[in-house]
Amino acid sequence: MTGVSRRGLFGLAGAGVAVAGLGAAAGVLASGAEKPAGPSVDTSAPVPFRGDHQAGITTPAQDRMHFVAFDVTTKSRGELVRLLKDWTAAAERMTAGKEAAEGGAVGGIPEAAPADTGEALDLPASALTLTIGFGPSLFDDRFGLAGKRPEALVDLPHFRGDNLEATRSGGDICVQACANDPQVAVHAIRNLARIGFGKVAVRWSQLGFGRTSSTSKAQATPRNLFGFKDGTNNLKSEDPGLPAQVWVTDGPDWMVGGSYLVARRIRMHIEIWDRTSLAEQESIVGRAKGSGAPLGQQNEFDAVDPHVRGAGGVPLVPDDSHIRLASENLNGAKILRRGYNFTDGSDGYGHLDAGLFFICFNRDTRSQFIPMQQALSGKDRMMEYLEHNGSGHFACPPGPAVGSYWGEKLFA
Amino acid sequence: MRSRLQHLGVCLTGLAAISTLAACGGGDDKAAAAGAGGPITVEAKDDGCGVQRAEAQAGTITFEVSNKGSRITEFYLYAEGDRIMGEVENIAPGLTRRLIVEVPDGGRYQTSCRPGMTGDGIRADFTVKGSASRNTDDNAKLAEATQGYQRYVNAQVQPLLDKTGEFVTAVKAGKVDAAKAVYPVARTYWERIEPVAESFGDLDPRTDSREADLEPGQAFTGFHRLEKDLWVSGLQPDSGKVADQLLADVTEIATRAKTVAFTPLQLANGAKSLLDEVATGKITGEEDTFSHTDLWDFQANVEGSQAAIAALRPLVQERDAALAKTIDEKFAAVTGLLDKQRDGDGYKLYDKLTQAEIKAFAEAVDALGEPISKVAEVVAQK
Repeated sequence: MTGVSRRGLFGLAGAGVAVAGLGAAAGVLASGAEKPAGPSVDTSAPVPFRGDHQAGITTPAQDRMHFVAFDVTTKSRGELVRLLKDWTAAAERMTAGKEAAEGGAVGGIPEAAPADTGEALDLPASALTLTIGFGPSLFDDRFGLAGKRPEALVDLPHFRGDNLEATRSGGDICVQACANDPQVAVHAIRNLARIGFGKVAVRWSQLGFGRTSSTSKAQATPRNLFGFKDGTNNLKSEDPGLPAQVWVTDGPDWMVGGSYLVARRIRMHIEIWDRTSLAEQESIVGRAKGSGAPLGQQNEFDAVDPHVRGAGGVPLVPDDSHIRLASENLNGAKILRRGYNFTDGSDGYGHLDAGLFFICFNRDTRSQFIPMQQALSGKDRMMEYLEHNGSGHFACPPGPAVGSYWGEKLFA
Repeated sequence: MRSRLQHLGVCLTGLAAISTLAACGGGDDKAAAAGAGGPITVEAKDDGCGVQRAEAQAGTITFEVSNKGSRITEFYLYAEGDRIMGEVENIAPGLTRRLIVEVPDGGRYQTSCRPGMTGDGIRADFTVKGSASRNTDDNAKLAEATQGYQRYVNAQVQPLLDKTGEFVTAVKAGKVDAAKAVYPVARTYWERIEPVAESFGDLDPRTDSREADLEPGQAFTGFHRLEKDLWVSGLQPDSGKVADQLLADVTEIATRAKTVAFTPLQLANGAKSLLDEVATGKITGEEDTFSHTDLWDFQANVEGSQAAIAALRPLVQERDAALAKTIDEKFAAVTGLLDKQRDGDGYKLYDKLTQAEIKAFAEAVDALGEPISKVAEVVAQK
């Protein structure tokens, strides 16, 4: 057994194409996996790297993620631009299922350290997407970018209950790697970090397993670590209203066709949650745990009806429930969620360090994510079970056109 | 199990108005037969309320209310004495809304459409068949649990007022050392009955918010604001004002606490939530981040939890003696660990604990939290 056992070990969910023809073992793997979203979805095929928009935003959410934030350590604008060009070339190769550089893991001379780290040899592209974003701190006087900082790229305000750690927050540049095989995602970040040594340093990074949102109606709604379907009302790529909520149209020029990414590391106190009665859990979320239906309704995609009341005239979907607060008083503003579950071992006190790595994309964080989070952090009863301990805000430029590099217009 | 818990959920939602468990009990078996005959359609008009059927089996009853009139309407199901079982409001003309209502007990009910959303509505009788039997002996035990916990709360209220008064007086007199000494003592009485205080809206956040829990621009008040003044920043020009407000708020909480009656289910959930407080706030040392007197609060939460369980004790003992025994053992284990950290009349400061000691606390609280979380379902058994 070569590649197959390793991939099985790492829990590849969509066994689809890659393992066809491998006999009984493949069948066993596939049957243990989640129901595939549809017969035609190929979870191992490449996703185009170039285009009007960066991949990894409205493209179907993969099952695994490795997110990294870098501090730029070089003082040279030229060196930073050089790095972005090198990264773009490597990213284009890796998203196509190739090694990070020509020659790769074993094609160089024996005396040289291999140009690719090698752990993704024999693995398919696995729908790898690499998405870059620029943080507020990049727009200082180091690289002459101060005048180019978008107004929407604000420093996020303090939200009630925030307990942010500097070592999990901020960063000059982020790269989001998503793939249907965790090893492919980790390989991509590892090689980009390696290319960046001396010019950037990893500030923090986060692994995620199990997407917590669907970005396409072809995907089933997944569950978060509270055991609830999450993101039922998320924007989907098929929604006609999506472009207006996600893509920047009004400048600055270098951001047109881009989007703003907000990342939040949300620790869940899952041990406490698990001791909470089903009725309490459901009233906190506002949905039935089994079907995902809003309370008082029958099916997952039934509309939330705040006008239904139970005994004593008390609303069935409580005023301080998560779905109610996440949907109300926002003047129709929505966000595209694209987060992942995480478990980073344990916390030293016998509890799992687990939760949700929240990622969302929106056209203007000031009018979308921030008011939404202010409503939630102030009133959401779920906050008792949550702790936000990491945070980042990044401007993701439009997709690279043929022959151009990541963020080229920013440095033009 | 599942249907019972969901059923409880509906009862729990109604607890803003305090009632005893008996007021929303019964009918589990019938819930299984829910939905027999499908939803009952209701044609609401400006001058009529056409309910398709005037009777249903006890359990889950679904109404589909279509507004065929010209005015916005709403639909109610009332039990005797106009007690609302369920309602759906704001049904615009042409719109259909669904009302799923849990009716555990058979008996006489009334439906009502209210065109224009005013007045008594257009009423009709509605019969629910099937009825739950009640065990009067159990009801007596449940009532005793409620009263027993009420006595406990009343016993905490006066010392809470006294010690908060001493604390406030010391702060206003600028006696920093005296204020520091009484701070953890006053909080002990507070933390023992915290679930009671939490049911009073704004009062709890004003009294007990931690600095990180505030929104930008929100005033930092209450115990922890004064804690910061005393231990870190020194008394401020407005410390006296903050102290006065604290005493006024605690006085109001004390007055209101005496009038609150908790249902047995709320007691069980309160016992659990006190331990949750320990696990998320005290184990992490976040509660008293300036004074590090977290172990006083820790001990008080545990005592409050134990008092709530004690009120339910006869019921738990009768229905699940093994659970009662486990809970006793795990309480004793936590208390034993706390006793080891005693220092004079109080406790060692939290920042002086070793990582291993904190981990031992966390494990003991987890071991207690699991059996405590089972009390609610034991109480809910019929």
